[in-house]
Amino acid sequence: MRLDIESLEREHVLTHAVLVDPQKRTQAGGEIWNRDGEIVEVAYDGSCAAPTEVPRVDLKGLFLAPGLVDVHVHFREPGQEYKEDIESGSRAAAAGGFTSVVMMPNTEPALDHASVVRSVLERGRDVGLCDIQCAGALTLGRAGESLAEYEDLRAAGASALTDDGSPVVDTVLMRRALEHASMLGLVAMVHSEEKALSRGGHMHEGYWSTQLGIPGIPAACEEIGVARDVLLARETGAALHVAHVSTRGAVDILRLAKREWKVDVTAEATPHHLELTDRELVDYSPDFKMNPPLRTEEDRKAVLEGVVDGTLDCIATDHAPHAPMEKDLEFERAPVGVIGLETAFAVAHSALVATKRLTLADLVVRMSLAPARRFGLPGGCLEAGAPASFAILDPKERWRVSADLLQSKSRNCPFLGRTLRGRVVATIYRGQLVHQAPAPTEPLAQVR
Amino acid sequence: MIQPGSHLLGLEGMGAREITHILDLAMSFEEILERSVKKVPTLRGRTIVNAFFEPSTRTRVSFELAQKRLSADVVNFSTGGSSLSKGETLRDTIANLEAMKVDMIVVRHSMAGVPHMLAMHTSASVVNAGDGSHEHPTQGLLDLYTMRGRLGDLAGRQVTIVGDIAHSRVARSNIWGLRALGAHVTVCGPRTMMPKRVEDLGVEVEYDLLRAIRKADAINVLRIQFERHGTPNFPNAREYMRLFGITNEVLRHTKPECFVMHPGPMNRGVEISPEVADGPRQVILQQVTNGVAVRMAVCYQFAGGVTQGTEEESAPPRVPASRAASGRPKPGSAPRVAAGA
Repeated sequence: MRLDIESLEREHVLTHAVLVDPQKRTQAGGEIWNRDGEIVEVAYDGSCAAPTEVPRVDLKGLFLAPGLVDVHVHFREPGQEYKEDIESGSRAAAAGGFTSVVMMPNTEPALDHASVVRSVLERGRDVGLCDIQCAGALTLGRAGESLAEYEDLRAAGASALTDDGSPVVDTVLMRRALEHASMLGLVAMVHSEEKALSRGGHMHEGYWSTQLGIPGIPAACEEIGVARDVLLARETGAALHVAHVSTRGAVDILRLAKREWKVDVTAEATPHHLELTDRELVDYSPDFKMNPPLRTEEDRKAVLEGVVDGTLDCIATDHAPHAPMEKDLEFERAPVGVIGLETAFAVAHSALVATKRLTLADLVVRMSLAPARRFGLPGGCLEAGAPASFAILDPKERWRVSADLLQSKSRNCPFLGRTLRGRVVATIYRGQLVHQAPAPTEPLAQVR
Repeated sequence: MIQPGSHLLGLEGMGAREITHILDLAMSFEEILERSVKKVPTLRGRTIVNAFFEPSTRTRVSFELAQKRLSADVVNFSTGGSSLSKGETLRDTIANLEAMKVDMIVVRHSMAGVPHMLAMHTSASVVNAGDGSHEHPTQGLLDLYTMRGRLGDLAGRQVTIVGDIAHSRVARSNIWGLRALGAHVTVCGPRTMMPKRVEDLGVEVEYDLLRAIRKADAINVLRIQFERHGTPNFPNAREYMRLFGITNEVLRHTKPECFVMHPGPMNRGVEISPEVADGPRQVILQQVTNGVAVRMAVCYQFAGGVTQGTEEESAPPRVPASRAASGRPKPGSAPRVAAGA
């Protein structure tokens, strides 16, 4: 099903949609009255107070959720614009129903000074397709040697702090980083990994690494890292966010940390770890190479359970574009990372809602409300005064992922050729229609 | 897409029939190596590139000899002399080879999966001459050929592989091939060199060497390396020799007819003692000789010997009845080239 419009008026009412409200965890028919990029009123039972001259947009048969929020994306600008830039990344975000993203600081130069943070945020506003936020670096140059100036980064607009893919190896420095960040009220995001154990590894160490002869990365590598960072957060009282959890052991440690130790920790799962396992590597395709790597079926189930019981609070993509020339290398030479923004909702919906593990409202909590709250970002709710940013969804549509649909500059998508259930039909960002999915093709329409 | 049957990427997934077919072909080619003029016109007009991205002497020479004895046109290149060192990607190199219209690419690479990648992007036949720690199928086949030559049918036989299983492509190809032919396989080596869940490949794992070899019909000894990514994975050669070295003393605990194989190159005094390496129980040079015959069979099978030229010209010589000794499986009257692939 598609919207029947080209653009939206400055003031309008979205009618006949099923409103998915992550705060109330409800879904019910209603209307949303928007003006100048903000919600004026959310009304149920046809009680909308908007004057009759305000144009109505009929969303019959579709679901409307707050715009999705992704706290883990790599937009490669400045420095590697041949992979992605803020404009192409924003288009990919819009195509995936995301209206708010947090860029990781592993750009060139790294986002370790206020001036770079300011220029990235300004560029995001100029593009104007979604809220572009960013995390500042924990250490200068993400080199793990000396702390960046957190107050300067915060004042420039950084939403969080992280060294992302280069975990701070020095445990004393990590402790200082957490102490300093917590004093300033900033959340530290961590890619937890014991680097000595992953050195030389290129996929999960298990049956498939043995069969394929690819050097492995043991699950303990991630679990030791998560345990260390969680224990440091307990020691310091700092707010911690653990990125892309992929193993059963890491989920167990986080459950213990939250329930028993009362650590101020949140965590995320990626769509690819929810849906794929290390078996995918059987053809040595670098499109299935990422860090942390795809794990076993047992780990995948544990990550799903973690998302269902709330141990893992958010779903984040770790959208990591790489140019085809970089991925077309020997598996061990190819860089880690896959793109995920444009398939995230459909993959998470297929894995969690279509399988009846979660309701659609609970999925929307994990893809908008929870990450927005944790990092103090606008959005994630349907209420007067909130940004008029929405993902318009058709949970029933089945569609096949193909490269020509992708808005990202890169093509390293592990879901190419797969049929997924649930689609972002349109995206509204601060009152503007920023994306509409192409009409379904005939054969797919018959699949329904 | 990879066309099944047109490449030899590994022994994983190959059935007994396919493997036996290649071994039978090799038997018919072995006879040529005994002649005074060691050359047949079987692959005349076929072009084969031996692309070695990792140093190799015996495998490359063995392939080249096999190809020349079949009258193929052969081009060799290795990393040092190719564009790889000039920053060209593997994909570009493949595209260039493809554009030169070669019939077969024999590839050796230090990284697992490169032959798969090649097969995905070329219409030539790809033969894996060893990729990282993944597979070395022609070594696996020549080991099978050597064992079959001495033991006959390998079903129910007991083969023990000793050494660094985790990093050995020879071990993996042996395991797949031996399992396909119905042999029992035991792997033995240091815990630090045993890959995770190796038992799921259908083998027994044994850390006690004497127990591992007691019932063995053949022992395949792997080359050992004590350092990976800068971290030692074993105390030293002395401790290794003490626990896993194949010595005459160790061989006293085997069945008397049990023999020793090694894919080479050997570390004498580390994984194998000099007296075993040169002694009566080893078949190491026989493996090297068999390697040429097996690689002739592989080139014949996968370079598509029958698609051009006449049937008569490209068919391999028949095996003289005298050579098809009892105990060995008899090759078909004329090897079926398209089938079994």
